[in-house]
Amino acid sequence: MLQVQDVTVRAGSATLVDSASFTAESGTLTAILGPNGAGKSTLLRAVAGIERPASGTVSYDDADLLAMPRRGRARLLALVEQESATELPLTVRSVVGLGRTPHESFLGGRDPDADAAIDAALQTAGVAGFADRIVTELSGGERQRVMLARALAQRPRLLVLDEPTNHLDVAAQLDVLDLLVSLAREGTTVLAALHDLTLAAAHADAVVVLSRGRVVASGATAATLTPELVRDVFGVEAQWLDNPLTGRPLLAVRRLSG
Amino acid sequence: MKPVLVGIALAVALLASIAAAVTIGAADLAVGDVIGAIGAHLGIGTNPLDTLRDGIVWELRLPRVLTAAAVGAGLAISGAVMQAITRNQLADPYLLGLSSGASLGAVSVLLLGVAVLLPVAAFAGALAALAVTLGLAGAIGRITPTRTVLAGVAVSSLAGAITSFVIFWTATGDSYREILSWLLGSLAGARWPAVAIAGIALIVVGIPIVLSGRVLDAFAFGDTTAASLGVPVQGARWILLTGTALLTGAMVSVSGAIGFVGLVLPHAVRLIVGPGHRALLPLSALVGAVFLVWADTLARTVFDPRELPVGIVTALIGAPVFALLLARRRSEA
Repeated sequence: MLQVQDVTVRAGSATLVDSASFTAESGTLTAILGPNGAGKSTLLRAVAGIERPASGTVSYDDADLLAMPRRGRARLLALVEQESATELPLTVRSVVGLGRTPHESFLGGRDPDADAAIDAALQTAGVAGFADRIVTELSGGERQRVMLARALAQRPRLLVLDEPTNHLDVAAQLDVLDLLVSLAREGTTVLAALHDLTLAAAHADAVVVLSRGRVVASGATAATLTPELVRDVFGVEAQWLDNPLTGRPLLAVRRLSG
Repeated sequence: MKPVLVGIALAVALLASIAAAVTIGAADLAVGDVIGAIGAHLGIGTNPLDTLRDGIVWELRLPRVLTAAAVGAGLAISGAVMQAITRNQLADPYLLGLSSGASLGAVSVLLLGVAVLLPVAAFAGALAALAVTLGLAGAIGRITPTRTVLAGVAVSSLAGAITSFVIFWTATGDSYREILSWLLGSLAGARWPAVAIAGIALIVVGIPIVLSGRVLDAFAFGDTTAASLGVPVQGARWILLTGTALLTGAMVSVSGAIGFVGLVLPHAVRLIVGPGHRALLPLSALVGAVFLVWADTLARTVFDPRELPVGIVTALIGAPVFALLLARRRSEA
């Protein structure tokens, strides 16, 4: 279980995240929601150890993530950034192989698990079919799945993703979210910032709602995303319906009238 | 192609190139005699050469060829690392003002009569330029690759202007040729002390850098991804930047600023083994060594008895090769 306690992140005089607290259970997909500029990315970067919080604690199953050595943290936690690009004509397999970096010694040889972990990650993320293609020649959706495979090759227990469905077409968005749900079902703690409310509401087990750097609500998805909260935070009218196609709850939204 | 096989082939090619290059020159020597003479100096067997020819091998050609190999390897490593840490494929070892700083140091000795050894002055100049570059980049704000490169451009221009001024104002006759040959890069003066400087820099600084390919690979997707993979991003960048600067500074101090080796060769090697740094760095070093051994052999023999600065040869070969690589890149894009 991931526990975030009173995390505050400042940049100069601005407070980007203001004493945020929440928990994310193992085996669940937890979505971080909020309008643009609410501090979603900053909070994720603080959890992932990229941004150092001014105060607060981040722990995973009683391990203090902020005090942990970088390599140890990278074996426990993997981060998929919103935008990550390279100019180098690397093959998909070698990009996924980067995920083994924290498992290898600094100057030594490859770790014995490398090939198995890379193959499994390629399979899971559905990119094994183009393992030998060049990553710069892939479509946005394919590239995102490769970055996800790279993260999976780290064999993380906690997977942190910043807007993993950004810039993807609708089919690729659903692919990625279904993949995240199935990873969660296999026991990984998945924490993802998402900007599409309806998509998040349909897939996430739990949500953490941010507004102006503060956590204004968190908990099980349907119980937390009440029409009142959505109206206050996002400025839209919302209603829970049944999705006749999936049989699952659907959060319908429209512009506030008047 | 398997990088290990390419590496073995290149290592054999390097040894053969060194042996062959020592035999080539105004006084023609047989490979067997050269090897015998080198063996005799190392205490194996008797020397087959007379004193004059032995002197040509042991005092002139061998140290020069070995210096060429070490400098070529060092520049190619530095270029590949600079391209990785600045994420700029057009980066070369001199990007941060190192060559113009070294030139200024050399000019102070050759023209202004500053009483220190030329390599010492050039090395000090290179490090001073690096310090000013980093200081300037830091003064603009947080030190980023882009700011560092921009600061390097400014420092290069200023040091270059001062160097040109000093040459214009004070150089006469022979000193013109001497300073020009140094500025273009030349191994004509390379003796055993040069081998020692370049060799020690290559072993002490170059080899650890060559072994850090895994860290450079992690930088492919930028700082955040590297950090999320457990790489200490700032520390690694500083260590690699300082290491390549020391390596380049040492090479420039014995040979002047030889161009194109550090820029072009890593690109050529990428075409053969791909962009992964674990293979790229050691293979670039070997290709750099072989390339500069032959470039310098051409430089001292083509217009015999006159010599060309080797920097002219590397530029004459490097520029068209680079143009071809650019054309290839464009057709891929």
